[in-house]
Amino acid sequence: MRGRALPYLLVAPAVIFLTVLFFVPLVQTIALAFETRTGFGLGNFLRMEDDLNFHDAVVNTFRFVGLAVPLQLAAAMGMAMMLRHLGRGRDLVLWIWTIPLGLSDLAAGLVWLALLNDRGYIASLLFHLGLVAEPQSWLTYETPIALFAAVVIAEFWRATAIVVVILVAGLQLVPKEYAEAASVFGASPWRIFTRITLPLMKPSIQSALILRTVLAFEAFAVVIAIGGRNFPVLVSEAYNWQNFNQEPSVAAAYAVVVMCLSLLATVVWLWLLKTPAEQRA
Amino acid sequence: MSGRRAFYLTGVVVICAWVLVPLWLLAANALGGQPVIAAWPKPWFPGALSFATMAEFLAIEGVFRAMLIGFEVAVLCTLFSVALGLPAGYALARYTFRGANAFRLMVLLTRAFPVGILALPLTVGFIRLGLYDTPLGIALMHTALALPFAVLVSASLFQAIPRELEEAAWVFGCSPIQAAYKVVMPLALPGVSAVAIFAFVISWNEVFAASVLSARNRTLTAYLLAMLSESPLTYQFAGGLLLIVPSVLFIFLVRRHLFAMWGIASR
Repeated sequence: MRGRALPYLLVAPAVIFLTVLFFVPLVQTIALAFETRTGFGLGNFLRMEDDLNFHDAVVNTFRFVGLAVPLQLAAAMGMAMMLRHLGRGRDLVLWIWTIPLGLSDLAAGLVWLALLNDRGYIASLLFHLGLVAEPQSWLTYETPIALFAAVVIAEFWRATAIVVVILVAGLQLVPKEYAEAASVFGASPWRIFTRITLPLMKPSIQSALILRTVLAFEAFAVVIAIGGRNFPVLVSEAYNWQNFNQEPSVAAAYAVVVMCLSLLATVVWLWLLKTPAEQRA
Repeated sequence: MSGRRAFYLTGVVVICAWVLVPLWLLAANALGGQPVIAAWPKPWFPGALSFATMAEFLAIEGVFRAMLIGFEVAVLCTLFSVALGLPAGYALARYTFRGANAFRLMVLLTRAFPVGILALPLTVGFIRLGLYDTPLGIALMHTALALPFAVLVSASLFQAIPRELEEAAWVFGCSPIQAAYKVVMPLALPGVSAVAIFAFVISWNEVFAASVLSARNRTLTAYLLAMLSESPLTYQFAGGLLLIVPSVLFIFLVRRHLFAMWGIASR
């Protein structure tokens, strides 16, 4: 009898913990977002929508996620394929490539602030090349495109590492024999990549995309570090409403929007990159 | 063939530089202080480094304290994640029981949500319970982030350890708990330490929940975020470097386990 209860006893603490600190706050967030002075309603969402920054935050968030995540996937795929051609030194290269994995988005923002501030290294480099004459201010409200590029570069620099790790781990599960067989039959490397490697890596591409999309929707410290309040995104607005305006319910409305987007993105990736049961490893 | 090899090697070196050079330049800024930051144009190679700015930054009231609090929170989060995650992972790996799949699904579901922003409604409850603005409160929230990861990774760790070893221990008179403790744990230890280090890094780096759940007792991330708008660049870069150094060290320690962990945790 004891044997039967044992697994439940082992799992119970984690279940209770996740219930109290994940499911309860999840429900509370939704409740808080719909709670108004007069009962339940869409009041907080209307206030959120009325805010000047809301439209910018939505557009910025979508542009940010829409550009950073595909760039990361493409670069990481290239990096994972490159690693296959390395013999000695592979471990060292991998370690260097995965260093940004340990960095927070705040740290990444500060790193790129050091490079991109008006007297930063990039501006200096352009000066040495004779392209600019004086310090350049790129990270202001007047230079939205440069600011956007800076934020995407910082996130790309930081978070490509995790995609590399997931794809390399996935690539290890793909048997080399398939590619060898295709090569014997005269398939070009590109054809092998698109017809064999890529389809077989679908599960890892899928989990990389889910993880990255959810985390990219959540990124906000990188945005604040580089652009201050000049580049509002949904989560930075939630942070501002909570900390500066002292309006938790409007912050919760933002949180609900971010949660819906994350959930939607997850569902889309699960559906688009579905792996039939018989193909699973 | 050798032309192609040269092409790959160049690419590899360029990417290594792409990762390392920005880190080095941040360090140059953080350690060079005001003269380096204000220099225009910057010399090709940053000049002499000194720890004066760093010492000055650490002497500001609250910085060192924020580091200690960040450390305390991360250690607590690590302890909670391992203490709750290992038994659950062990159960998933060793037993077939009703609800196992539901539990797995529950753990996976947390990944579809930005867990950090769930800290928003917790402030009220935490104030009532006396957890608001305490390291324990932030650590609890961070554990919600790190625990799913700890459960999935430790499940795969235990799966990789042959059940026969444990059964042999039972035959020789160990109770299941003794067998798990004396036979399985030593074998799982390297993997478990990797789980622990990862939980530490997740907590050390988390910004949103730490900022929302604290006012005076801020972690280093929350402290830096709050002071960004009012502090000079010297301090921002010094803070950035402080934030980066521990995580890079820790990632170095777990580098061997990184792929085994993510290969499994991403399925």
